[in-house]
Amino acid sequence: MLSIKNLRVSIEGKEILKGINLEVRPGEVHAIMGPNGTGKSTLASVIAGRDIFEVEEGEIIFNGKNLLEMPVEDRASEGIFLSFQYPVEIPGVSITNFMRTAVNEQRKYHGLDPMPANEFLAKMEEKKRMLDIHAKLANRSVNEGFSGGEKKKNEIFQLAMLEPTLAILDETDSGLDIDALKVVANGVNKLRRPDNAFLVITHYQRLLEYIVPDIVHVLFDGRIVRSGGKELAMELEEKGYEWIRSEA
Amino acid sequence: MDQVGSLNALNTGIMDGTTTNYNTREALLKLFDERIAGYALNDSPELTAMRREAIAGFASAGFPHTKMEKWRNTDLTRVLNHDFKFPEAPVMAEVDLEEIFRCEVPGFDTHMIAQLNGWFIERGAGLSQAAQGVVVCSMAEAFEKYPDIIASHYGKYAPVKENSLSALNTAFAQDGVFVFVPDNVEVNEIVQIVNLVHSADPVFVQPRNLVILGKNSSLRLVHCDDSVDDQVGFINAVSEIVLSENARLDHYKLQNKNDRSALVNNVFFHLEAGANLSTNAISLNGGLIRNEVYVRLNGRGSHADILGVYLMDRDQHIDNQVFVDHAVPDCTSNELFKGILDDQASGVFNGHILVRKDAQRTNAYQNNKNILISDKAVIDTKPFLEIYADDVKCSHGATVGQLDSEAMFYLRSRGISADNARMLLMYAFAAEIVNKISIPQLKQRIDDLVKKRLRGELSICDQCVLHCNSREQKVSFEIDMSKI
Amino acid sequence: MEKDPNNILDEVTQGEYKYGFYTDIEMETAPRGLSEDTIRFISAKKNEPEWLLEFRLNAYRKWLGMTEPTWAHLHHPPINYQDIIYYAAPKKKKELASLDEVDPELIETFNKLGISLEEQKRLTGVAVDAVIDSVSVKTTFSETLEKQGIIFCSFSEAVQKVPELVKQYMGTVVPSDDNYFAALNSAVFSDGSFCYIPKGVRCPIELSTYFRINAANTGQFERTLIIGDEGSYVSYMEGCTAPMRDENQLHAAIVEIIALKDAEVKYSTVQNWYPGNKQGEGGIYNFVTKRGICKGNNSKISWTQVETGSAITWKYPSVVLMGDHSVGEFYSVAVTNNYQQADTGSKMIHLGKNTKSTIISKGISAGYSNNSYRGLVKMTKRAENARNFSQCDSLLLGDRCGAHTFPYIKTENKTSIVEHEATTSKISDDQLFYCNQRGIGTESAIGLIVNGYAREVLKQLPMEFAVEAQKLLSISLEGSVG
Repeated sequence: MLSIKNLRVSIEGKEILKGINLEVRPGEVHAIMGPNGTGKSTLASVIAGRDIFEVEEGEIIFNGKNLLEMPVEDRASEGIFLSFQYPVEIPGVSITNFMRTAVNEQRKYHGLDPMPANEFLAKMEEKKRMLDIHAKLANRSVNEGFSGGEKKKNEIFQLAMLEPTLAILDETDSGLDIDALKVVANGVNKLRRPDNAFLVITHYQRLLEYIVPDIVHVLFDGRIVRSGGKELAMELEEKGYEWIRSEA
Repeated sequence: MDQVGSLNALNTGIMDGTTTNYNTREALLKLFDERIAGYALNDSPELTAMRREAIAGFASAGFPHTKMEKWRNTDLTRVLNHDFKFPEAPVMAEVDLEEIFRCEVPGFDTHMIAQLNGWFIERGAGLSQAAQGVVVCSMAEAFEKYPDIIASHYGKYAPVKENSLSALNTAFAQDGVFVFVPDNVEVNEIVQIVNLVHSADPVFVQPRNLVILGKNSSLRLVHCDDSVDDQVGFINAVSEIVLSENARLDHYKLQNKNDRSALVNNVFFHLEAGANLSTNAISLNGGLIRNEVYVRLNGRGSHADILGVYLMDRDQHIDNQVFVDHAVPDCTSNELFKGILDDQASGVFNGHILVRKDAQRTNAYQNNKNILISDKAVIDTKPFLEIYADDVKCSHGATVGQLDSEAMFYLRSRGISADNARMLLMYAFAAEIVNKISIPQLKQRIDDLVKKRLRGELSICDQCVLHCNSREQKVSFEIDMSKI
Repeated sequence: MEKDPNNILDEVTQGEYKYGFYTDIEMETAPRGLSEDTIRFISAKKNEPEWLLEFRLNAYRKWLGMTEPTWAHLHHPPINYQDIIYYAAPKKKKELASLDEVDPELIETFNKLGISLEEQKRLTGVAVDAVIDSVSVKTTFSETLEKQGIIFCSFSEAVQKVPELVKQYMGTVVPSDDNYFAALNSAVFSDGSFCYIPKGVRCPIELSTYFRINAANTGQFERTLIIGDEGSYVSYMEGCTAPMRDENQLHAAIVEIIALKDAEVKYSTVQNWYPGNKQGEGGIYNFVTKRGICKGNNSKISWTQVETGSAITWKYPSVVLMGDHSVGEFYSVAVTNNYQQADTGSKMIHLGKNTKSTIISKGISAGYSNNSYRGLVKMTKRAENARNFSQCDSLLLGDRCGAHTFPYIKTENKTSIVEHEATTSKISDDQLFYCNQRGIGTESAIGLIVNGYAREVLKQLPMEFAVEAQKLLSISLEGSVG
């Protein structure tokens, strides 16, 4: 599904990703762990198409298409979803209106007619119920005045609405208390299907107790220095990142 | 206006060679024609040319009038309508300087210099850092000794076309204070300029100041405007203040004039890259005060704090005009003016932030808050924004209101009398500005003055000046704000 | 028409001005230029009573002694007032009794504009007065309204039908010498709408006037008078368009509103006059005086405007709050793109006790345009406990436009409270990236964000207008971000 080969990325002349290789297949959950500032969020942003980064070398192939040649919104329509670490506020734009626009733009990309209003509203209701989200959230402006937990829940709600094939969760656990973390993790688990995949970026092992990964990668200084099963996350938790640092 | 009278007086003035009446455009133009030859004897050719250009600017515009947008709410007619004398030389004899300087702030160790009727007064003691090249002297002396600095800065910031009072000053200016701080020098002493007016007759004085801060230098400057008597006076002051790269200036204006005086204070700040300005106008008393502050942020990364507080009563008039010109990217400015108006006092605030094209990443804030405490007090406030760049953060606000009735109730419920509660809240309102004064002794002094002012002590005194005999009186208004 | 306000951006059409067509209708016009003769010609055409002719001539004589205002943040070449045709009317053969007698070309014109003059075809309850080049061509639903005593007709008709009402109120809110353009209008106004809501009547349907400039070289000078008698309520909407021409056409209108005791008048405008082309050629000069007076206690006047059109907009819908406890409101979205210029805002004059006013202004500038908010809040000595809150925000799209805020606040009363806030911002890259990541293209994202930014104002509009206005916002800004 996703194939990243020798990806080298820099920002303002400073190299951040120094040759990343990553293969993600349908149905898999990959966790990317690592200390702060090693390039985890950069990787997420580059896959989604943020243009402040310079891709020096390498390729990102998604379902046979070269993502690097596509604008951000086309990548989204192709099925890439990024749950933001710091979701931005958009005053005055209701989540309903925002999602409606996103759903229909993505449908337009695939040559489909806009979703009829009643069908759309029913879908919103269904997803809200599934994720245990209160009705109020949906009528508020996008992220405006949301608490940290509400913002992250809202990201997962959008994930449910847009049904991407690859969802990237960028530090979705940061700033969440244990209850909110469970809501988010349960949501993600409910959304897992054989034909979609998740890339979970996290600093701590905590989230991975709830979203169990198939493969864990350790990112250090712009490189994946180690990959393994879920037990790698446990090991990391025990020994700390110093362990990786000494090995690297 | 009494033109015949003033022209007659003009003739008299010329005969005795010292004074003349001075209140109409025509009289001034005539006076200029007669004086320019004499001025030219001492002036450089450039300065003479500048005076001629300036008088032309004044000739075409005349005195500002209420038909002009910027002068709609400040009428000079009344304060100009006097038989002004024009002091052509300092008069020392009648003044006891020691008496005047009794008002010195206790423990406020400054290098104090004085201007009397616009003329610099030599007080002997030099600045301790003179050896490092720091200069504090009269403008007249500077014209002679520092022609290069004068040539590159004097009259370069004060416009003579759009601002007719600035033009008038430029045309006639004879003296004032000159301050020069060389590159990389931090001036330890606080420089205090005391601008006094004292005369048996109504006087029209035009001090002219030039302050130059070299790169990476710093200076603290306190500028006091005081009256020594209750005589009518009109001060038309112009200051040009230049902050070179990374220079820092901490600037205060302390205004405490009598009720019959008019003060128009044009200050032009020019900031180069990385320069940092803090200017704070504290207006405690005065018949008519108009502060025009122009801040040009001319170099990247420069920053200006422009603050002011005014406490006016009786039929006093205060007018603060602030123009902040964001000419280049990456500059920040912050304006906050607060005022309390009592009796028939009137206030004007006219803030104007201009963000020029391409001045991206500008941050500019502007706020004016007012409290009216009588039925006859009036405030006009105009916080303008004019913006031609898109990557900016600008906001402004203005409020007019009264003391918070809930807070009043809260204080009274704690047993504080209504009068004291009112005073406390007014004090707290003004304190936001006073607390920003970074010189501790000055802050203490102004804090005391504000308290006195709010108690009405200064107002009761008809000849309301700093050095009144209440100096020894202990300030009894002491409530710990942190405990309420 | 879509009812769900969330649907607005579903289909964003091409960015060209879509009302720019011209209809070939047989017209009757006055000769070019302005003189007492022109005014007599107009007055005679309309068979006006002597007092009205006097009113016009009086205004004209005052106008001759006045000069064009220059204080606004606007620039335009001098207007040649002798080069304008002050009266142009579709030729009609006889008095119209039913829609069948209206020129089919005209009906077609309004159908193209999406305004149906045929009552049975309108699903929603909106009565329309259609004004084309100075003259009202058709007022719908007037009979239905008459049963409740509501008078809704063209201004000329009102002069004939209820001259005493017109005479009593006309010029009382905007005096004929109020300003240069008001004086001009008072001299040459041709038609407009008139509306009277009797005591205690809540007008059951939205009243709407649709203004259309069609003929070349003409100015449009319409005049609207709305009187809400004691305890009445009416919601009134105004829309306008014009053909695309490379000349500048002058529009100088007057709207006067009188709200008596306990009355409420809500006036909504979607102003979409031709804004000129991308190079700034052509477009309407829109100099309009709109003012209401809350004459009685507890009365309320609310202005809502969405300004997307015109090369130049100069207008300050105002409320004089005379009655105690009266309320004034102003909600505005003004969009300028390309070389458009807008200088618009509101005046709230507080005279009565416990009066309250709110100003919410959202300016959006793009291209090379300049967009200014200019407003006055005045608290007079009598206005005890009066309150005002103003919020004036600017959004800049691109770095070649200007956004300016010129609020004037004058307070003579210690018990009054005035608060003014303003911010200036742009659409952040983070917001755009967030929308893009959800699959929303940049143009749509801007439309979405701009509509969100203006939501506080748009939600004040009647539903019929809100949808239209939201679409307009997106369209007006198309191509503004490269």
